[in-house]
Amino acid sequence: MSSNNKLKVFTNGILNENPVLVLVLGTCPTLATSTMASNGIGMGLAATFVLVCSNIVISALRKVIPNQVRIPCYITVIAGFVSVVQMLVEAFVPALDEALGVYLPLIVVNCIILGRAEMFASKNGIVDSALDGLGMGIGFMLTLTIMGTIREILGSGTWMSGLDGLFPFLPEGFAIQVLPESIDPFTIMTSAPGGFFIFGVMMAAATWLTTRPKKEKASAPAETAEGGNA
Amino acid sequence: MDNQKLIVTAAPHITSADSTQKIMQRVCLALVPTLIASVIIFGINALVLVAVTVISCVFFEWAYCKLMHREVPIGDFSAVVTGMLLAFNMPATLPWWMAIVGAFIAIVVVKQLFGGLGYNFANPAIVGRIAMAMGFAGAMSNYPHPVSEIDAFSTATPLAVAGEVGSDSYLTLLLGVHGGVLGETCAITLLIGGIFLIATKVISPTIPVTYLATVAVLSLVAGQDPIYQLLSGGLLLGAFFMATDYVTSPTTTKGKLIFGLGLGIITCAIRFLGTMAEGVSFSILLMNLTVPYIEVLTRQDRLGIAKVKKNKEGAGK
Repeated sequence: MSSNNKLKVFTNGILNENPVLVLVLGTCPTLATSTMASNGIGMGLAATFVLVCSNIVISALRKVIPNQVRIPCYITVIAGFVSVVQMLVEAFVPALDEALGVYLPLIVVNCIILGRAEMFASKNGIVDSALDGLGMGIGFMLTLTIMGTIREILGSGTWMSGLDGLFPFLPEGFAIQVLPESIDPFTIMTSAPGGFFIFGVMMAAATWLTTRPKKEKASAPAETAEGGNA
Repeated sequence: MDNQKLIVTAAPHITSADSTQKIMQRVCLALVPTLIASVIIFGINALVLVAVTVISCVFFEWAYCKLMHREVPIGDFSAVVTGMLLAFNMPATLPWWMAIVGAFIAIVVVKQLFGGLGYNFANPAIVGRIAMAMGFAGAMSNYPHPVSEIDAFSTATPLAVAGEVGSDSYLTLLLGVHGGVLGETCAITLLIGGIFLIATKVISPTIPVTYLATVAVLSLVAGQDPIYQLLSGGLLLGAFFMATDYVTSPTTTKGKLIFGLGLGIITCAIRFLGTMAEGVSFSILLMNLTVPYIEVLTRQDRLGIAKVKKNKEGAGK
């Protein structure tokens, strides 16, 4: 495989096959953890770590795992890495553990990770699988962060509050006040209806971005995108 | 009446000169007495708030249609009606920019994103109001007391204090000189507007009458004062102007009866059993969402078609 192809495998996950906005996988953690941008970064980092590690291991074991019992095998590998992440987060960034709550151990059943194991890692080499996992993970993290940014600014008026829990070198109570405090925040944005609304708008934007330029070349992802939107 | 090409009731049909524009103009006219009453009760601020909401509704409709290269339907007055109804759901103290946010939600999110007039899944003004009540909970429940009394004194709506000693008399409720949102306080003008709409055949009396009767009966059963329940809160505004929206209410009489009954039951359930004082807007939204199913269940048989074929037709949709 040429290096050009490797780059494509990596960038695919960021926009053209963005796991959340185009493949519509992992919507539950997306809606639940994107109330704040810092939560989105934390969730994205944790999921990316699990995704890369599980993709590498599953790709390495793809010839050993019998086809009939592949799903339990994948889940075992994924659950192992999730346990590692959970212990690390509990020990070193307890603030993030508190913010993500049950969604941290639930990375085990995140469709993106199982989906990439089934769709990509079980059919491709170790390097490609690692790149795919990294690209998908970054796509997931970017989506969560952008969504969290919009919801946090509109719903609480701040940006990146709680980032000090993630990076201990920041001062305690770190937050950027975007909207002046005299303006009442539109609190519905931090609850479920606002989440669904921003999710829909971002899906529409992703569809527009992937289908607009170079009509012929982008026709394949366009179909997926429209299917997801409907 | 909204779309002459698609008539969903069974034949025979009578055509008339009514157009969307004429109907919407009559609804506007029916809302004018309430507007005047709200200006008298809450001061000139009420008029400014209504104007801001109506102008931003019309602007958003125009801007969205221009952006999407669609035909601009400003002439049909539907955005004006949505704007007026939305403004009637705001307290007079609400900041203007919040009214503009509400207009955006009503027109762009609820109406235009779903395809414009005739395709909206729920009443735009109702969803705008609910989104604002959830989003700006503090500002939306800051009910000012009428200007004739102490300035800048916020009170609860009569519903929240119903049954307490010294709560408002029937006359106060009829005249609307009590705290509340702009359009819900003056029962007399709302009744005048509603009767005008029924007399000019813009709305059929089935939905409002069933709705109000259900609330009255359930109030009696629950041991509440039925007249007090009917006259306070947004019930009259909702029953005459918002529940009767053509797009989001059933077309057949049987369907309208079910619709009105459901509205009354949900409203009373929220008022008597829930933690919120008022449930009119939520009941209208919930019943709006059931309309497609009510329509399928109450579909009319075509004239001259044997009953046997009914099941087949029902499955055909």
